[in-house]
Amino acid sequence: MFEISPTEWTAILLSLRVAVIATLVATPFGIALAWLLARRDFWGKSILDAAVHLPLVLPPVVTGYLLLLTFGKRGLVGAWLADHLGIVFAFRWTGAALACGVMSFPLLVRPIRLSIEAVDRRLEQAAETLGAAPWWVFATVTLPLALPGVLAGMVLGFAKAIGEFGATITFVSNIPGETQTISSAIYSLIQTPDGDAAAGRLVIISVAIAMGALIAAEWFARRATARLHGQ
Amino acid sequence: MLRVDITKQLGEFTLAASFTSEGRVIGLFGASGSGKTSLINTIAGLLRPDRGTIVIDGETVDDTAAGIHVPAYRRRIGYVFQDARLFPHLDIRQNLDYGRRMNGLADDPVQRKRVVELLDIGALLDRRPGKLSGGERQRVALGRALLSKPRLLLLDEPLGALDEGRKLEILPYLARLRDEAGIPMVYVSHDAAELRQLATQIVMLRRGQVTAFGGVKVLTGPQ
Repeated sequence: MFEISPTEWTAILLSLRVAVIATLVATPFGIALAWLLARRDFWGKSILDAAVHLPLVLPPVVTGYLLLLTFGKRGLVGAWLADHLGIVFAFRWTGAALACGVMSFPLLVRPIRLSIEAVDRRLEQAAETLGAAPWWVFATVTLPLALPGVLAGMVLGFAKAIGEFGATITFVSNIPGETQTISSAIYSLIQTPDGDAAAGRLVIISVAIAMGALIAAEWFARRATARLHGQ
Repeated sequence: MLRVDITKQLGEFTLAASFTSEGRVIGLFGASGSGKTSLINTIAGLLRPDRGTIVIDGETVDDTAAGIHVPAYRRRIGYVFQDARLFPHLDIRQNLDYGRRMNGLADDPVQRKRVVELLDIGALLDRRPGKLSGGERQRVALGRALLSKPRLLLLDEPLGALDEGRKLEILPYLARLRDEAGIPMVYVSHDAAELRQLATQIVMLRRGQVTAFGGVKVLTGPQ
């Protein structure tokens, strides 16, 4: 019963690759944005904040369609990237990663922002009086102290990315071996007459991955917090 | 040498201070709310004056007319806060080394040994700030500021958060610092007795204005 077929393996490995790449690429942007939202006041801040949260409230199919319009072969950005840098998103696994990255971005940013807001600014001032330029204050004080939030954001983003379905299937379709992730494979299998057993296996695997991610997040957060409090 | 001539509006409060000092330890004396911390933060570069000049050791670090404002991280000052503000994610050794690294100074084991001995913090080096008592933390904060090799040391009520017994524990270290480290200091306090022991010159502040300036004897005058 629990024999995983090559097609299922392909979907599992693709899902992992898509979610890992999406999380790793999104994290630096997420940290930069979280810092901006936590520590800077500028015109249009509330608009930016709303835009970051948009994928959370929009129907995923809308986000996927907007990605298709923007990053598709004939999309404004997509055409330019394909012509000038040779980067193609449409109907490729990279497109799946982009869709997952966008969809998980609000979940990634939020814990990071909260943890940066919680960093004691008096410590940043102390660092400044000791000769640390703003970038070094961030790198040696703010970021290390916000690390539990960064890890929590990464794990939440990863969990969201691995389960993403609507935006991905809209943007890059459901091509086995290229864009068929666990979610879209389950979707296809449920619609196939004899697909129940295979769908069941993939369901169990996605539950296991999600549980593993949540337990890992908890463990990282506890370790990081203990480190910060000098235990 | 320190020359200050600034005004700064902070909400309803106006800070207007002007003095020049050659003293080794300038005592900034005044009740809470008299503007002592705002003044020392302006000298540190954490606040920007609305008008005026600040000259530290011959370098103009603030001159509003000329558009000069050297940021705090390039003033080469040491600042000891009332609440120590040690970095909780670093051990004591790394805390002490922080200023030297940020200023890109060469390792100086001789000075580090001297400061560690002066402040008696050798036994704490491998610990985390969370495991230290208030007095120990304040001694480490002093050491951390000294080891960044500042040309001026600013101390904002460094004993303010300590109980009477701890104060008496730190005071001798501060006196040794004054006599041995050779770095001019600005020492903020609302405690006249403390300043009588440590300061060589007094700047008296009241409601944002300098009301008296001179030797320690101005502390005994009418306030």
